[in-house]
Amino acid sequence: MSRGVRRQRVPVALLVPAGLGLAFLVLPLAGLLLRAPWTTLPRRLAEPGVLTALRLSLETATVATLLCVTLGVPLAWLLARVEFPGRRLVRALVTVPLVLPPVVGGVALLLVFGRRGLIGSWLDETFGVTLPFTTAGVVLAEAFVAMPFLVIAVEGALRGADPRYEEAAATLGAGRFTAFTRVTLPLVAPGVAAGAVLCWARALGEFGATITFAGNYPGRTQTMPLAVYLALETDLQAAIVLSLILLTVSVVILAALRDKWIGST
Amino acid sequence: MTVRWIRAAFAAALVATLGLSGCGSADDPAGPDGAGPVTVFAAASLTEAFIRLGKEYEAAHPGHAVTFNFGGSSGLATQITQGAPADVFAAASPATMKTVTDAGDAAGDPVVLVRNQLVVAVPPGNPARVGRLADLARPGVKVALCAEQVPCGAAARTALDAAGVRLTPATLEQDVKGALAKLRLGEVDAALVYRTDVRAAAGLDAVEFPESARAVNDYPIVVLRAAGNPAGARAFVDFVRSDAGLAVLTAAGFQAPPGA
Repeated sequence: MSRGVRRQRVPVALLVPAGLGLAFLVLPLAGLLLRAPWTTLPRRLAEPGVLTALRLSLETATVATLLCVTLGVPLAWLLARVEFPGRRLVRALVTVPLVLPPVVGGVALLLVFGRRGLIGSWLDETFGVTLPFTTAGVVLAEAFVAMPFLVIAVEGALRGADPRYEEAAATLGAGRFTAFTRVTLPLVAPGVAAGAVLCWARALGEFGATITFAGNYPGRTQTMPLAVYLALETDLQAAIVLSLILLTVSVVILAALRDKWIGST
Repeated sequence: MTVRWIRAAFAAALVATLGLSGCGSADDPAGPDGAGPVTVFAAASLTEAFIRLGKEYEAAHPGHAVTFNFGGSSGLATQITQGAPADVFAAASPATMKTVTDAGDAAGDPVVLVRNQLVVAVPPGNPARVGRLADLARPGVKVALCAEQVPCGAAARTALDAAGVRLTPATLEQDVKGALAKLRLGEVDAALVYRTDVRAAAGLDAVEFPESARAVNDYPIVVLRAAGNPAGARAFVDFVRSDAGLAVLTAAGFQAPPGA
């Protein structure tokens, strides 16, 4: 792209919908800010339940993201680099959690990992492990909903990366795994970082699958979105404050990560 | 009859907060005798009884149509105070009704329609052998309660305190249906819910306990100030409070209010 193209006037046909799109995304946030009870904000922040929920949210979202990276990057590589029958179907299946209502996802998780579930009953009998109503259950619910974001982002990055580097590594004697860790992974690191950030953000905001699969108990499974939902039952102002806290913390963390990993533009 | 299930109270309340609440049938023109549509916001525990009452009401009043929005009372109250179009509000507790009357959104004073009592809901055969409230505190018994922010949770807290029972529930659900879903999926052994909920949910047993008398819940009903069809709203309220209406409600497990 030449400098001349950049300096030309922005076409109105693009500027108007872009501005409308931005307003549509930002206005609800402005609504929250306008209705926020600023005077009682410090007192609400100091309430012990708020910090407990916030910490639980940050911890579970981070662990869920690590889980998603560990499993999702190899899955994305498989989809991008290996020809196998039914690849299109597998790719479609990976995106199922995106279209599934999260509450349905939570029920589906219960049917598999619940006390009576396919795997859950075996876990219970063999190891005495039950996942519903535990913090591990929250991580599982968040990872289920957030992993497609990571897989899609990383697969896109892999498809954009030039496979000739890997081929060159192979001609120099590197095995496929070595080529993956030494050549491919550094090449798509920005894509993995972007996918991880997206995945983390989705996990942080997760509500439906969490309350269905892990239930709601303060300090154990009550993340910020659950606390917001219950606050809404009695106290709209408290719900707004909690939402703002979650928003502020996530925006600060995302902005910081973006500068550090992806490079600001 | 159209029955609208707006279960996503969170999204709806957020939309209402932004003043973007959409058009509803309450805006439609209504006849002088109350013919036309009536929109009723009702507590989730009234679902089955009110759907039946709506059918009977429409059969008895040609030209009238009732639309329901069932959900957690507190969420419905928030929607109403934020301007959701509704003609009638039936809440599961006086406290949630008070948020609507305090906001000046009610036309006249609420009246107690019915009362409801808590029971311990258990799977058929009661595998955890829960016989009284104290059994819920036994180790290994997983219990679902409603969160204290919603009426069934507040009632559960009162009953447990009255019985002197201290327990750590597996989960504090956002409404009765959430607690029942966990029970039906076999994830918990017992749930403290209303008697009417167990009666409506096929395939569950109820264990009655004396302390529930200490936490009886009144269900107030009121016509709303912003009603688009006030005559129709009053006609519907009169109908559900009639002997025929109360018969349907008591058959669902509710108790008639004192003096009715």
